Amino acid sequence: MSIKTAKRIRLTLSYLVLLSAVAIVIYPIIWVIGSSFNPGNTLSSSTIIPENATLAHYKKLFTETDYLIWYWNTLKICFITMVLSVIFIGLTAYAFSRYKFVGRKNGLMLFLILQMIPQFVAILAIYILAFQVGLLDTHLALILVYVGGLIPMNTYLAKNYYDTIPKELDESARIDGAGHFRIFWQIILPLSKPILAVIALFSFISPFADFILASILISSDEKMTLAVGLFNMIKNEFGNSFTVFAAGSVLIAIPIGLLFLSLQRYFISGLTAGGTKG
Amino acid sequence: MTHRKTAALLSIIPGVGQFYNKQFIKGFAFIFLAACYFIAFLDFLNIGLWGIVTLGTEVPRDHSIFLLVNGVISLLVVGIGLGFYFFNFYDAYQNGKKRDNGVRLSSLKEQYHNVIDKGFPYLMVGPGFLLLIFVVIFPIIFMLLLAFTNYNLYNSPPAKLVDWVGFKNFIEIFSLDIWRETFISVFAWTIIWTFTATTLQVAIGIFLAVVLNQKEIKFKGVIRTLLILPWAVPAFVSILIFSGLFNDTFGAINKDLLAPLGIDSIPWLTDPFYTKIALIFIQSWLGFPFIMAMTTGVLQSIPGELYEAATVDGASNWDKFRKITLPMILFTTAPILITQYTFNFNNFNVIYLFNNGGPAVAEQNAGGTDILISWIYNLTMTSAQYSKAAAVTVLLSLIIVSLALWQFRKTKSFKDEGMI
Repeated sequence: MSIKTAKRIRLTLSYLVLLSAVAIVIYPIIWVIGSSFNPGNTLSSSTIIPENATLAHYKKLFTETDYLIWYWNTLKICFITMVLSVIFIGLTAYAFSRYKFVGRKNGLMLFLILQMIPQFVAILAIYILAFQVGLLDTHLALILVYVGGLIPMNTYLAKNYYDTIPKELDESARIDGAGHFRIFWQIILPLSKPILAVIALFSFISPFADFILASILISSDEKMTLAVGLFNMIKNEFGNSFTVFAAGSVLIAIPIGLLFLSLQRYFISGLTAGGTKG
Repeated sequence: MTHRKTAALLSIIPGVGQFYNKQFIKGFAFIFLAACYFIAFLDFLNIGLWGIVTLGTEVPRDHSIFLLVNGVISLLVVGIGLGFYFFNFYDAYQNGKKRDNGVRLSSLKEQYHNVIDKGFPYLMVGPGFLLLIFVVIFPIIFMLLLAFTNYNLYNSPPAKLVDWVGFKNFIEIFSLDIWRETFISVFAWTIIWTFTATTLQVAIGIFLAVVLNQKEIKFKGVIRTLLILPWAVPAFVSILIFSGLFNDTFGAINKDLLAPLGIDSIPWLTDPFYTKIALIFIQSWLGFPFIMAMTTGVLQSIPGELYEAATVDGASNWDKFRKITLPMILFTTAPILITQYTFNFNNFNVIYLFNNGGPAVAEQNAGGTDILISWIYNLTMTSAQYSKAAAVTVLLSLIIVSLALWQFRKTKSFKDEGMI
């Protein structure tokens, strides 16, 4: 067998592998897009290429369900969580990176252990606490829980990044008479934009993907997030509203997918920089 | 007696030691703070600590669970108080020592600057830490304590009181047949699930990255973007879509893909074995793009000369992959690969959203595909076995923390900190 034939076989096999991988990846996505335009209501009538394509399910989604409210709730919760997380994490990590203070080592150790225990193992306690302080079924409770849960892991991420910024910068600023906060605000913050962007991304996406906490803390229909709303839609009336669910999925998958694809390299850089959690 | 000992001794009442050191303003501040603490918290602490010891004595006046919540908060408040009290001793002792050595004490203005300087990191850590105490640390302590009570559906406030039962829950999990068998089967599946699903997603990710990265392949960008889609679409959406695709009777997999090939419908959602297969497939689908994207980055950073040198030495493509590519990938991505395992160990979403951990299985109180984390969820939310769920949570946390600490001992950043 000549080298040329070997190469041709290798390339043919490679394309076959890639092609089948693409097919497996694409199939569910095409299928759900097809289903969302399908005239019937049920799962059994779902086909990839619908005959008599219709927009009826999208219309139903907007008029007969709380879908738009869920969408708005989710975006609102994600955005506030993102802003608060970046502030809290940026400050906490700065203190851990730059100051020697009593409790620093123990604090870092505590964060390390806390980031390993998934927050939702304590769902019952979180529920009771929210009940006792009267925050059950509010977005505030959800946001506070999300921000708190994001702190341990992301503080590490930011601290590791701050550690790479030379300390001489702070010192020369101090000699020039800059106060603690000014050093942080005018010197460290501008230099740490990349990691703060990564943390912002993580803290936007992780509430978006959460199902468990939202399903426990939120009970009324008009306060639900997308994950819980769609789950209920599909589980409560599986047979008869699958196509509406499909329409709802498409409207999440496309914008979020595009956003993600355009920011994907930041995710990878963030995850490889942290190296602590997937 | 030396000044330091006298000052420390007098500090049994906060502030008096500072007076002795002639730091009057600080002394007043300490006495004032201590008084505030007692006035504000005495009643609360009294009831809180009584509550956490007894969990209530009278129905319906006492609600055991709320008493437990207040008890835990009391413990936290006591902890803060003790910290302050200790600082009061420390401060008096240190200043007494300065006097013993004939060093001048700081003036008020200097102390003020000192507080601002030393206090700054606490000011920065403070807000985040406070939130952390309430939404993360408090719930964990609460669950830990709950594991030692008999709180469940039949024994729950306000109708009944909850009691401390020691290690009964843990003993029952291992001694009662139904609990032991459930625990063992859930635990075994958790391990198998973690290992198979993660290894598969890692292997597929690395394999596709290597195949795609050959220099003769065209349309790399398009193919890569298409293959990354499962990572880009929010996972809960994909999982719910898959639960439709895999539906036993109406799902497209049975109806459109297998039926034309003459294969009978496969009970994807009703037979535990097939549900497990489906879950592992779905997780591989969801998880490989991240590994692929990361591996691609590593591949592009391997210097081409390595391969050229290998070619000169007569290495085959397989040799190059085995001796150069794979070690490079594994070496640079090892820490992240390990976190993929811990992620799947706790991957609640895929298990619960696909089939609620089901199908149900006879003679155990967990579904056929429940992993520990989804079992805990069902014990809490569906069967109201709160204290058992808490006990399983404690076991789960012990497993995760010991594994993770063992892994972190090896990582460099911690050796640098000199922490372990």
